[in-house]
Amino acid sequence: MSLKIGVPSKGRLMEKTFEWFGARGVEIRRAGSEREYSARVDGADGVQAVLLSAGEIPRELAAGRIHLGVTGSDLVREKLADWEDQVAELAALGFGFADLVIAVPAFWIDVDTLDDLDAAASAFRAAHGHRLRIATKYHRLVRDFLRDNGVADYQLVDSQGATEGTVKNLTAEAIADITSSGETLRANHLKILSDGLIHRSEATLFAARAADWSNGAHPALEALLATLRIDMPERL
Amino acid sequence: MRAAERAEAERLFARFQAAGALPVDADILLPADTLLDLYGEDIRARAYVTSDPLEGEMMLRPDFTVPVVQMHMAHGAEPARYTYLGEVFRRQDHLGARAREYLQVGYEVFARDTPEDADAEVFALFAEVLAPLRLRAATGDIGILMAAVHGLTTSERRRAALLRHIWRPRRFRALVDRFGGRRPQPESRARLIEMLAGTPADDLIAAAGPAIGLREAAEVAARATALIEDAATPLLSAAEVDILEDVLTLRDTAPHALGHLRDVAVDLPSIAPAVDRFARRLDALSRRGIDVGSLDFEASHGRTTLEYYDGFVFSFHVEGRADLPPVASGGRYDALTRVLGQGRSIPAVGGVIRPGLVAALTEGRA
Repeated sequence: MSLKIGVPSKGRLMEKTFEWFGARGVEIRRAGSEREYSARVDGADGVQAVLLSAGEIPRELAAGRIHLGVTGSDLVREKLADWEDQVAELAALGFGFADLVIAVPAFWIDVDTLDDLDAAASAFRAAHGHRLRIATKYHRLVRDFLRDNGVADYQLVDSQGATEGTVKNLTAEAIADITSSGETLRANHLKILSDGLIHRSEATLFAARAADWSNGAHPALEALLATLRIDMPERL
Repeated sequence: MRAAERAEAERLFARFQAAGALPVDADILLPADTLLDLYGEDIRARAYVTSDPLEGEMMLRPDFTVPVVQMHMAHGAEPARYTYLGEVFRRQDHLGARAREYLQVGYEVFARDTPEDADAEVFALFAEVLAPLRLRAATGDIGILMAAVHGLTTSERRRAALLRHIWRPRRFRALVDRFGGRRPQPESRARLIEMLAGTPADDLIAAAGPAIGLREAAEVAARATALIEDAATPLLSAAEVDILEDVLTLRDTAPHALGHLRDVAVDLPSIAPAVDRFARRLDALSRRGIDVGSLDFEASHGRTTLEYYDGFVFSFHVEGRADLPPVASGGRYDALTRVLGQGRSIPAVGGVIRPGLVAALTEGRA
């Protein structure tokens, strides 16, 4: 029985992940053709890599089908209830940075804080007869954040892509989305609320609490973490 | 377990019918829109949402109050007493043992006259059926909090902001701190007010970017004007902030709480009518055999529940067992009937019991 590690299956996230492990003496390489989602691992005994969509890695970790996984910290928090009880954060990998923020039209000079957003939402609902719509794909993170900050009279509308365009297209009044430079937001005449940072996301190596750690997986993890120079997490 | 829960539910259901309530039923699949508009987006974290290809988003019944009120507003005779028995579904966003599906038995009174007597009727009935379990009862009155806010010497806009957040204690606290000057206003607000002093709002808005989306430039300008007015509003006096604080944190036995609130009403006369209602309710409870001398009153009780209670609130819980949900809870929700009644309203009070918990406690299993 080997230790299964889920790594992103494409794009920069995959390349950066391979680089990060490579720099620490663990070579992960795609096996076979470009189209085949399997990988080879050299430099760590009993470790098997599985290429997965970054969006599916949280679910695979929660189910314990993989022992370790590399994915964005935003995805784990969004997709897993009580994420800290389901996975352990082993290391932040120093790439894949993105901020989940709340943004509103730049011409809303009266709105700069969550307090303003809440007051504007109340007036908007009275004027338009429906709650102020915030487009996002991060429903859990945004809802928890707005509840903790006492914002009311809003509704979340699902947007799986091109979220910055929803305001202009009249399907939302504000958005909550991932941004790295803020460039796309500005190009779409949106501005970030000064206290609207919901989560600062980073590619992170997680361990699954629900995985089967017997049958040699635990020693394999100890050896791998020693190679990577990462501390063993508590209670795994 | 399910058999014991069902048997207990049937016993309570029969008792409520014997008390004069008409048995009613409600759909399990409810249109999500009404519930979302009422409770806000937070209900999504507490209820199961599903979708129907024709009806759109539907919710698995999180409680009976909304469908029962809708049914009464559509074709109920007055006054009315209803009881119901059925499953409710609560999504659990945290790991743990809280039930996702359980039975509720409820009792609701819709009556225009003597609301305090209706409050007492519901509470006394619950106290009677739960008596063998020796539970701790807690009571409160959101109406007193609302009356206290109404009496504050400040702008109508600030009072409205506080009333809107009665059920969100943290945001309420932040507003009181800001209106009272204990916390400075955000820096960006000060900067905006300064700019508005020299430049018309319309010019600032036009310079900030194109007007995109449904919220129009005129709405932005209107709020900018409101912010200028708000900036000129005098601070809440320290004395009033203290009184508000005093009311919010009041916890005592009911008679002591009443005495204290009578004293407070000397300085804050706006609460006097609500305090009179509290006094009449205690009398009505006494007449129904409740020992009000040992009854707990917490002014902030019920502030963190789903936001529709606007008067008397109560709950029955097992002392020393914070891990268990309340065995029963309820309260008055006059405003909800106005929201759902499309222009009509009727004073209403009611509550629910969890028969599963009653059965477990009776058998010593909880």
